[in-house]
Amino acid sequence: MNVMTDPNAARKAWLGLLAKAPARDVAQHWAALDLAAPHQILRAPEIGGVMVRGRAGAIGEAFNLGEITVTRASVKLEDGTVGHGYVQGRDKNHALQAALIDALMQTDAAARVRDGVLTPLKATMTQKKSTRAAKAAATKVDFFTMVRGED
Amino acid sequence: MYVAVKGGERAIDNAHAWLAEERRGDTDVAELSVAQIREQMALAVNRVMAEGSLYDPDLAALAIKQSRGDLIEAIFLIRAYRTTLPRFGGSNPIDTDTMQCDRRVSATFKDAPGGQVLGPTFDYTHRLLDFKLAADGEAPKAPSTTAPTEPTPHIMSFLDRENLIQPEKTSDATPDDLTRKPLELPASRALRLQSLARADEGFILGMAYSTQRGYARNHAFVAELRIGAVAVEMDIPELGFAIDIGEITVTECETVNQFQGSKTEPPQFTRGYGLVFGMTERKAISMALVDRALRWKELGEDNLGAPAQDEEFVLYHSDNIQATGFLEHIKLPHYVDFQSELELIRKLRREAQDAMSQEAAQ
Repeated sequence: MNVMTDPNAARKAWLGLLAKAPARDVAQHWAALDLAAPHQILRAPEIGGVMVRGRAGAIGEAFNLGEITVTRASVKLEDGTVGHGYVQGRDKNHALQAALIDALMQTDAAARVRDGVLTPLKATMTQKKSTRAAKAAATKVDFFTMVRGED
Repeated sequence: MYVAVKGGERAIDNAHAWLAEERRGDTDVAELSVAQIREQMALAVNRVMAEGSLYDPDLAALAIKQSRGDLIEAIFLIRAYRTTLPRFGGSNPIDTDTMQCDRRVSATFKDAPGGQVLGPTFDYTHRLLDFKLAADGEAPKAPSTTAPTEPTPHIMSFLDRENLIQPEKTSDATPDDLTRKPLELPASRALRLQSLARADEGFILGMAYSTQRGYARNHAFVAELRIGAVAVEMDIPELGFAIDIGEITVTECETVNQFQGSKTEPPQFTRGYGLVFGMTERKAISMALVDRALRWKELGEDNLGAPAQDEEFVLYHSDNIQATGFLEHIKLPHYVDFQSELELIRKLRREAQDAMSQEAAQ
């Protein structure tokens, strides 16, 4: 799915990033932003479970693999903009901050929030992934064939 | 008959207090933190998440600490916690094709696109104790190299293209959930897979091994074993679209098994499938073998009477929490039950003795 065809692609991307980023990193960038965002809490942070599904044979019918912990929250800014946060784990502040960031990203503060929170979060995540991929690549087998016998 | 017996509260309180003290161990030795368990006992954490059926490394590490390293007790704690969580919903099926693989090996195709990536494996180690680990302070660094950008397709898709492998039924129906409804037999493949994914590793390993030794003869090749991170996506009603709500590490094993064909199916390869939370490859391979053995009916194979083909035997005995609950309850007071047994034996004895002395008298 790309931005051209999916009108929700941008929001989907930042919500996904906020869900997967470590709570500590989100809190740190959010605090550093020092942005006053008066809001009303629509849904207080709530910890719950989501049943993760897989597919038989990776491509077949769905089955239940097991649950993950997820925390969610919703907020409303003074101008009425609503933000939702669904984050992995059990950190209530993480969910609340994600909801606030989601709301602010729909306002004039978007550019500031993007630069202060989303961009550095994305950079850290990309860095972590590429470090892991580089270590995996170093364990890739280079086969060579030994010539056996005479001709 | 159950008769209420009171007493023992003080003994129980003191036993628990002693348990807490013993859990801490020698206070001259530094206390273990939950973060240390999460980072340095990662495979134990993975097993607790897989069999506890809840992916949360911090909770699993806490459970291991609380249970003094008794993993079944830790799994019990996680299962109990899991029941307290409101269910927000079910995810879309994870797409393991997009996995960022830490490890990916195939025993069937040497030159598969994406290559053979060993990852952080115990394979090829000499299984000699490393006494350097007993001395502290080492923080080894792994080498790295430029990561390829080519995708890592499922190896099974090549066989699929040639029609040499039994196709999978596709369906987007919401699967049955054994955490919501007690397991009933015959179980759908979805229920079998859910049950196997949370089953005791030792039990499933033993069952899988029995198929290799000839009980239900299905010789399996590991077409692919991959371990890595995948995103978990869920539809969010208040948004009206799906978002990633997290990322998990899973182990996936696909086996390919020879199949001579049956009355209903042509000769072809068949599949076994294993998917487990965390880096848990022994369990994932075992799961794939047992999944394949349990599929005899749908593939029109003969029931050879092997334990691994018997879904009642496998599914009803593979859950270590059910098993340990029933097993361990027999150590709890059964005073009244046993009194009645004792009475019965005494009575039977008396009757037998009376009969004997009557015979002797005649």
